[in-house]
Amino acid sequence: MSDRLLRVVLVDDHAMVRSGVRAEIGADVDIVGEAGDVATAIQVIRETRPDVVLLDVHLPGGDGRAVLDACVEEVPETRFLALSVSDAPEDVVGVVRGGARGYVTKAITGPELLDSVRRIADGDAVFSPRLAGFVLDAFTGGAAESDDELDRLTPREREVMRLIARGYTYREVAKELVLSIKTVETHVSAVLRKLQLSDRHELTRWASARRLV
Amino acid sequence: MRSGALDGDDRVVTVTTAPPRATRPVSGRVVAGVCRGLSENLHLPVWVVRTVFVILALTGGIGLVLYAAFWAVLPLSPGLVADGDLAAEDDFEGARSADFTRLLALAAVAVGVVLLLAALGVNIISGSVVPIILAIVGAALVWQQADDDQRSTWSATAARAARQTAGTTANAGRWRIVVGIALVALGVIGLLVSRTGPAAAVQALATALLLLLGVGLVAFPWTYRRWREQNEQRHALIRSEERAEIAAHVHDSVLQTLTLIQRNAADPKEVQRLARTEERALRSWLYAPTGDPDRTFAAALQRDATQVEAAYSATMEVVTVGDATLDAPLGALLAATREVMVNAARHGGGAASVYAEVHDDSAEVFVRDRGQGFDPAAVPDDRHGLRESVIGRMERNGGSAEVVSTVGAGTEIRLRVNRTAAS
Repeated sequence: MSDRLLRVVLVDDHAMVRSGVRAEIGADVDIVGEAGDVATAIQVIRETRPDVVLLDVHLPGGDGRAVLDACVEEVPETRFLALSVSDAPEDVVGVVRGGARGYVTKAITGPELLDSVRRIADGDAVFSPRLAGFVLDAFTGGAAESDDELDRLTPREREVMRLIARGYTYREVAKELVLSIKTVETHVSAVLRKLQLSDRHELTRWASARRLV
Repeated sequence: MRSGALDGDDRVVTVTTAPPRATRPVSGRVVAGVCRGLSENLHLPVWVVRTVFVILALTGGIGLVLYAAFWAVLPLSPGLVADGDLAAEDDFEGARSADFTRLLALAAVAVGVVLLLAALGVNIISGSVVPIILAIVGAALVWQQADDDQRSTWSATAARAARQTAGTTANAGRWRIVVGIALVALGVIGLLVSRTGPAAAVQALATALLLLLGVGLVAFPWTYRRWREQNEQRHALIRSEERAEIAAHVHDSVLQTLTLIQRNAADPKEVQRLARTEERALRSWLYAPTGDPDRTFAAALQRDATQVEAAYSATMEVVTVGDATLDAPLGALLAATREVMVNAARHGGGAASVYAEVHDDSAEVFVRDRGQGFDPAAVPDDRHGLRESVIGRMERNGGSAEVVSTVGAGTEIRLRVNRTAAS
C-alpha cells in the first residue's frame, strides 16, 4: 500500500448511511466527496477523480448503474464498489455488469469495508458470500454446451467461489487451497470478468430484469 | 384514490355521504336501475315509478325516451359496487334473477295492456313498432354492458376482484355488445324498409354509413386520446394501489418495530434482534420468497435461519445455490443444519455463514462461525447436540458430518447427503 491515503467518494441517497460510512472508515481514507443522487455523483466523480467510489445501487435519478455508465469510460482509473441493502440478484448482477468491481452489503463491518476498499483500489475484485452464491448459481448447469470460456468457471475458480460463499476470507481461502493470496485474487478477478462479459442466460436475465442489459 | 384503501385486504370501505342526487343502484334493478334510483330519490314505492314509466312507454313511447334519458344522465351508484367482494357479487346475481321474474311479470302486463288497447281499436302495433322495439332492446343491451364495464373498472380498484370480474364477464359482455349492435342495426334497417321500401332503404343505409365513416374520421383522434388517457389513469391507479399496499406494510410492521426499538434503546441485544427480525421480514416481503418453506429446501433453510436468529439474537448469513423439493435426505439435512445453526448461535459468537448447495445427486451445507472454536474430541459424551442430532442423524440418512474447528478461529461444520439413494 502506498503511503498516501486512498481518495474515496461516497454515493448514497441516505445521509445517515454516508455519515455512518464516514465514521467507520473516514480516519483511514480521504473522503473527497459525497453525493446523494445520480447527477451530483457524476459531477463529483468527474471533478475529484477518486481512487474508489462507494456506490449505492438504488439512487434517485437513475440508479447506480447510471453513474457507472456515465463515469466508467471517462474516469478509467476510478474503481467502483457497490454497496447495497438489496439482496436481489438483478441488483447485484446489474451493477457488476455495469462495471463495479465488487459488491458488499451495508451490513459489512468497518474494518471489512476498509479492507474491501483497499482491495478494490489495488485493482482486485471484492465478492461477498452472496455474490459468490449468485455466481455459482448462474454458472451452474447448462454450461456444458457452451464452448465459450467466458461462460464457464474453471474448477479452481469454482472452488474459490464456494469457499467465499461459505464465509471464508481471501486469506482463509488461500490457506485452505494452499495458494498465495495473490493467486486467489487473480481467480476472483477472472470470475469478475466472466460475470461482466458472459452472455449466460441467467446473467442477461438478471440484468434485463432491471432493464440494464 | 379510494378512501380507506389501507384498511383491509379486499374489502374496500368507501365512506359515502348521502347523495343529494339520484343514482342508479346495481342491485334490485330490472333494466338499468332508473326506476329504483328515482324511487329512492323521490321516496316513492318502486312499483309506482315503474308503473308510471310503463304507462308512459305505452302511450306514444314517451316513457321509453324518458327512461333512456335518465339512464344516460343518472350515474351508477358506486356505494354498492365498492363492496366488490364475492358476497356482494352473489347478492347481485341473486337480485338479477329475482329481477328477471319481475321483468317477465312487467312484460306480461305490458302485453296485456297492448292487447287490451288493440281490442279497443287503438292500433299500437303498426309496421314500424317491431323494428323500433328491436332497436331499443339492442341499445339497452349495449348500454347495460357499458354500465357493467364501468362497474368492473370500479372493482378493478378493489385489487383482486378486478381480474375476477374482468375474466368472467369479458366474454358474456362481448356477446352482449354484438347482439345489441345487431339488434339495433336490424331495427334501423327494419324501420327504413318498412317506411321507404327496400331500394330506398339501401340508398339511405349507404348514405348513413358514409356519414358514420366521416364522423368516425373526425372523431377518431379525440376518441383515441380519450381512450389513452383513460388507460393511463388506470395504470396510475394501479401504481397508487401498489404504493398503498407498501405503505400499509410499512405501517404494520416497520413502524411497529421502529417504535419497539426506541422503547428498548437501552438494551442493545434486543434492539439488534428486533432490527434483524424486521429486516428479514421486510426482505422476504420485498424479494418475494422463491419457494414454499414447507416444500422447497432453500426456502425452508431460510425460514429456519430466521427462526434461529430470532430465538438466539444471532446473525445467519444464508447463501443457497440450487434448490429442490424437500425429500427424506434433504429433510434430514435441514434438521441437522438447524441444530448446527442453533449451536453456532449459542456457542459460536452469535454469527455464522450458512452455505447450502443442492445438486441432483447430493446436497451439502456448510455452517461457519467465528467463535472460540473447540476440540471436537474433547466434547463430553453427555453433550448430545452435535454428536447425536447432527452426526448421528446424518449417518443414519446415508450422509456424513464433519467438524472442523480451530481453537480461537471458529468452527465449520460440513454436512452432506446423497440424494440418489432415496429417489
